[in-house]
Amino acid sequence: MTHEKLTMAQALNRALRDAMAEDPTVLMFGEDVGPLGGVFRITDGLTAEFGEERCFDTPLAESGIVGLAVGMAMNGMRPVVEMQFDAFAYPAFEQVVSHVAKLRNRTRGAVTVPMVIRVPYAGGIGGVEHHCDSSESYYAHTPGLHVLAPANAADAYGLLREAIASPDPVVFLEPKKLYWSKEEVDLAAPVPGIGRAAVVREGTDATLIAYGPSVPTALEAAEVAAQDGRSLQVVDVRSIVPFDDATVCDAVRSTGRAVVVAEAVGFASVSSEIVARVTERCFHSLAAPIRRVTGFDIPFPPPKLEHFQLPGVDRILDAVDDLQWEDS
Amino acid sequence: MTRDPEALLPSAEPVMLIDPSGVPTGLAEVPDDDTMLAAYGALVAARRLNDQAYALVRQGRLAVYPSSHGQEACQVAAAQVLGADDWLFPTYRDTVAAVTRGVDPVEVLVLLKGDWHSGYDPYRTKVGPQATPLATQLLHAVGVGYAAKLRGEPTVVMALCGDGATSEGDFHEALNFAAVFGVPVVFFVQNNEYAISVPLARQSVAPSLAHKGVGYGVPGERVDGNDVAALLAVLGGAVAKARAGEGPQLVEAHTYRMQAHTNADDATRYRQDDEVAAWVERDPLMRAEAYLRGRGVLGDDQVTAYAAEADRVAAHVREGLNRDVEPNPDDLFDFVYARRTPQLEEQAALVADELSREDAS
Ligand SMILES: Cc1ncc(C[n+]2csc(CCOP(=O)(O)OP(=O)(O)O)c2C)c(N)n1
Ligand SMILES: [Mg+2]
Repeated sequence: MTHEKLTMAQALNRALRDAMAEDPTVLMFGEDVGPLGGVFRITDGLTAEFGEERCFDTPLAESGIVGLAVGMAMNGMRPVVEMQFDAFAYPAFEQVVSHVAKLRNRTRGAVTVPMVIRVPYAGGIGGVEHHCDSSESYYAHTPGLHVLAPANAADAYGLLREAIASPDPVVFLEPKKLYWSKEEVDLAAPVPGIGRAAVVREGTDATLIAYGPSVPTALEAAEVAAQDGRSLQVVDVRSIVPFDDATVCDAVRSTGRAVVVAEAVGFASVSSEIVARVTERCFHSLAAPIRRVTGFDIPFPPPKLEHFQLPGVDRILDAVDDLQWEDS
Repeated sequence: MTRDPEALLPSAEPVMLIDPSGVPTGLAEVPDDDTMLAAYGALVAARRLNDQAYALVRQGRLAVYPSSHGQEACQVAAAQVLGADDWLFPTYRDTVAAVTRGVDPVEVLVLLKGDWHSGYDPYRTKVGPQATPLATQLLHAVGVGYAAKLRGEPTVVMALCGDGATSEGDFHEALNFAAVFGVPVVFFVQNNEYAISVPLARQSVAPSLAHKGVGYGVPGERVDGNDVAALLAVLGGAVAKARAGEGPQLVEAHTYRMQAHTNADDATRYRQDDEVAAWVERDPLMRAEAYLRGRGVLGDDQVTAYAAEADRVAAHVREGLNRDVEPNPDDLFDFVYARRTPQLEEQAALVADELSREDAS
């Protein structure tokens, strides 16, 4: 397989196409995902290629979409559903928490619901209210769900294929602002699977831990830091649940300092969980308390103010500067 | 499928084939004697099971029991009109429906006994796990039916809920999805007049709950929920229509919750005794018995025989619930995902360590 230049949106589309071609039980449904191809065009061409029974529009009702998927998954299908935007997935929350996440548990494994809930998520695209939420903590707090957030096209393809093949339900968070970033991808090359983080930039002075939309920002910060003579390692969490303690902790131990970067509100969040986990496991390797650069504890601001909310290179580098270098 | 609103409307009065004294109304033919006798046998067993479960709560063997006492005809008919390849989606109140369909009552009561959240394999009898979050299971029923329809299987799904649950969003989403996709689901609402303490008038001022189908293009029908003959006819007809490709059907049974919501509830705080007393004479079991005795196909001997069979089931339930199952802490971690995550391995090890230290001390 040769390398191709693909956007993340195209990579996701290819993952769906390939999965549907391989397995007739894989279905795609949601709002506007049929002939339109989804508002982000992730399902472009699927109805034409596989027919209306495999990729279809539903009535506008998110609980209905997820509840339908639960029943179809109970009865031999592997549904992939699209929530049109992060904040519009909330009507489905009861189905997600009480059924998608719990059916295996409730029935001692007799009923499983292999399904993928795709959620275009997070900010950075100048979206108006209700279109920019980072909702990962809600899902990560719910046992029974896998929660994935790719940060590049190769992972988008590889992780979505894995998510569809997984025997467990997956909430698949697609960073909207990365949909259109183009990359060289070899779709045939395997990527680390569910439950695996990846060191995406080597460095020796401190570790930036990020996922989804914050990974490119962290990489940019590392690049700038390198010009200033500071070597920052970057870990892409990729799989929020299950969380790869081993890779993340090994990375932090190797540098002794860490900053967690995430767009979501910081309070009671995935970022606070990462700090807690790493501190519990790596305390004696740490030269400084772990810092966080996250969204403020506010509703996502309007487009003209969103740059204040998004973790940026400067804020990340300021946090790195605060890692008590004077003591070392 | 029809879009003619008239054709979607339920009958003016709930369909009744046998009146409360056991006399046929003549509205339509009563199902044949064998069918009625089978229903009667199930009703006797159902009443006995409800009574037994209630007693087990008082003895502390069950945490709680939402009884279907008074609603047994609905429970029995919902299960008996289904074929082997059909599905039933029950709620917490529908223990008897699941048992009538063939699930071991001891397995159904595992939930309320507290050993686990569900005690039966839903695929063995095609009975979904009993759902507590109101109306959520109706969407699963639509999904199961739609998957079957896409594969060309003739499956019909019977989806149960209460009157209160018709106010939940999922009720409406389920009817609408089923209608839009033409899924063979029979939505069966047991209107027992109450949602815990809240009377029907606080749920809806629609002419009837069956009328709610009109808004979705789903035909509605109302039936006397204490007349097992009418229930068999109406639900059986709905299943047949769904199977014939006429799309989802909505049936509302008018019945009454004779006991409190559960044993933990005090119904005297919100309803009068004389209201309850008025329903005693409409008892579904007595009605079926009076009818069958009137037909001359049921005598004292058979009544005794059915009661003995019901006692046998009750004894099985007592025996099953009095058996203590040693809880296995590994169960806590084994069914969260297909495989334990590293974090769950750590947490399971923690529990194992606690236990080993307990054993040592
Ligand atoms: C979503 C949700 N909200 C509230 C409850 C608590 N609850 C359990 S049963 C019940 C009443 C339901 O009434 P109805 O649908 O008429 O069924 P019935 O109990 O009468 O059979 C309520 C409020 C619940 N189980 N699920
Ligand atoms: Mg009720």
